[in-house]
Amino acid sequence: MFDTLISPQDAAALWLTLKLAAITTLVLLLLGTPLAWWLARTRARIKLVIETLVALPLVLPPTVLGFYLLLMLGAQGPVQAMGGPAFAFTFTGLVIGSVFYSLPFVVQPLQNAFVSVGDATLEAAASLRAGPWDRFFTVVIPLSLRGFLTATTLGFAHTVGEFGVVLMIGGNIPGETQVVSIAIYDHVEAVDYGSAHVLSALLLGLSFLMLFALYAINGRFKLTTA
Amino acid sequence: MSIDLHFDLRRPDFHLAIESHIPARGVTALFGRSGCGKTTLLRCIAGLEPAARGRLVVDGQTWQSDDTFVPAHKRPVGYVFQEGRLFPHLSVQGNLDYGYRRIPVSERVVLPEEVIDLLGLDSLLERRPAELSGGQRQRVAMGRALLTSPRVLLMDEPLAALDAISKAEILPYLERLHDELSIPVLYVSHSIDEVMRFADHMLLLEDGRLRAEGPIKELTTRGDLPLARAEDAVALLEAEVLEHDDEDHVSILGINGARLTLLREDLPVGRKVRISIHARDVSIALTPPRDISVLNCLPVTVRQIHEETRPGETLLTLDVSGQPLLARITRRSLRALGLEPGMQVHALIKAVALVE
Repeated sequence: MFDTLISPQDAAALWLTLKLAAITTLVLLLLGTPLAWWLARTRARIKLVIETLVALPLVLPPTVLGFYLLLMLGAQGPVQAMGGPAFAFTFTGLVIGSVFYSLPFVVQPLQNAFVSVGDATLEAAASLRAGPWDRFFTVVIPLSLRGFLTATTLGFAHTVGEFGVVLMIGGNIPGETQVVSIAIYDHVEAVDYGSAHVLSALLLGLSFLMLFALYAINGRFKLTTA
Repeated sequence: MSIDLHFDLRRPDFHLAIESHIPARGVTALFGRSGCGKTTLLRCIAGLEPAARGRLVVDGQTWQSDDTFVPAHKRPVGYVFQEGRLFPHLSVQGNLDYGYRRIPVSERVVLPEEVIDLLGLDSLLERRPAELSGGQRQRVAMGRALLTSPRVLLMDEPLAALDAISKAEILPYLERLHDELSIPVLYVSHSIDEVMRFADHMLLLEDGRLRAEGPIKELTTRGDLPLARAEDAVALLEAEVLEHDDEDHVSILGINGARLTLLREDLPVGRKVRISIHARDVSIALTPPRDISVLNCLPVTVRQIHEETRPGETLLTLDVSGQPLLARITRRSLRALGLEPGMQVHALIKAVALVE
């Protein structure tokens, strides 16, 4: 039945979107955790600049971000000039673009969670012989689970919904860089409202479910830790 | 065993500069007003103030010097914070185990069963910190710190955040710690009542400096220090329960030969107790008066006559069989009796309180 509702190309776009969102979220958690930890702890003046840069994707038109990434990662761009491959119009390029695009959605919840753990609890752990890594894994992470849940959900959901950045940097190559949001745009352009409906409804449902789960779980957390 | 320390820590509005040699046995109180630096000093000892410069040698081991700084998690101290600071994501058992698991098996001197029993934690083990009362939380915090088998236990006003009922609940446990464990304790407090209950030795801090240090009995009765000059100044004396008189419902205590009578206390004969006598409850007589309702009249020697605490009122340090006692009398009485240091007189004591 799924096959009759959705064309193989749309299915590929859907699969690509989910894969992109999953990989991007994973990369963001790996890079965002140390970055958020540093932002939560540091008193360096440069913190303000880094925080601003991290927040920029919140306000910048995605096309602007995509445009600069295209210049950086494209043929004859600085990355290629330094011996790197041309990432533009590849899946890897999409991941890089998405990482920048969704960065604040992962870093900010983590940073807030880390700040709220507080020095007091960490000092207590130190006085009980826990070294810095030990403290991070046995105190910070367990006390930041809500932050991680929020960061994961928002990072994933936001990446699923991106359009401008992928269009600029990924182009629209079916099966390679075509994501659902662009496929929907194509269907509407071609006045194929039926296909647009199916994909839109899927995305709407998926986004609703993810956010609903997030709020439900966070609400439960509140009840048990209050 | 001893703690040699010398710290210098500058903050925009505060300068801590303290050098001391603390006997690491019994309970040493770090006493002073809020903001005098007592908590900061404790944090320096725990390694929680990396900005502090100086030297710290505990039991022959250098924890800090110009070129050494042993990080907090490598110092064998137990720290009981004012607000407990239990881990909210762990049960009471998990909190107790946290430090215990992190010390080598060979260094585990204090055992969980012992601590659970000593602090009455048995029924709380499965609970989360959020489900505990303030007093229970502090007991868990003490247990957690003790289970690291610390060389010194640092307690930062563990009772300050508690209401009167929780305080009363936790005090007996603190006394048991004092009596049953041989771990030296540094106890930060701004409450003289607390200090008098447990402390043996005292560091008196003022504006980041060490004003005086010594045995608590000496410091509370030194006429040049604010403690003895305060309105509610008291002297602490060590006494022993000699006998009970059930007919009159009184107990007799002995202070090296001198006898004190007070209303019957339920204590075994032979028990050593700590008593407090307010300076304002002590009067002086040249000869033992007769026909007077005051029961306690002790022969004493006038040790020192201090500056007036307020116009017309003077403070005396007396000697009762080697222990200092304070008396507050008027300038007029001082002159009328012709009191001089070295004179043998009698102290009439209106009220005696057991501290323990």
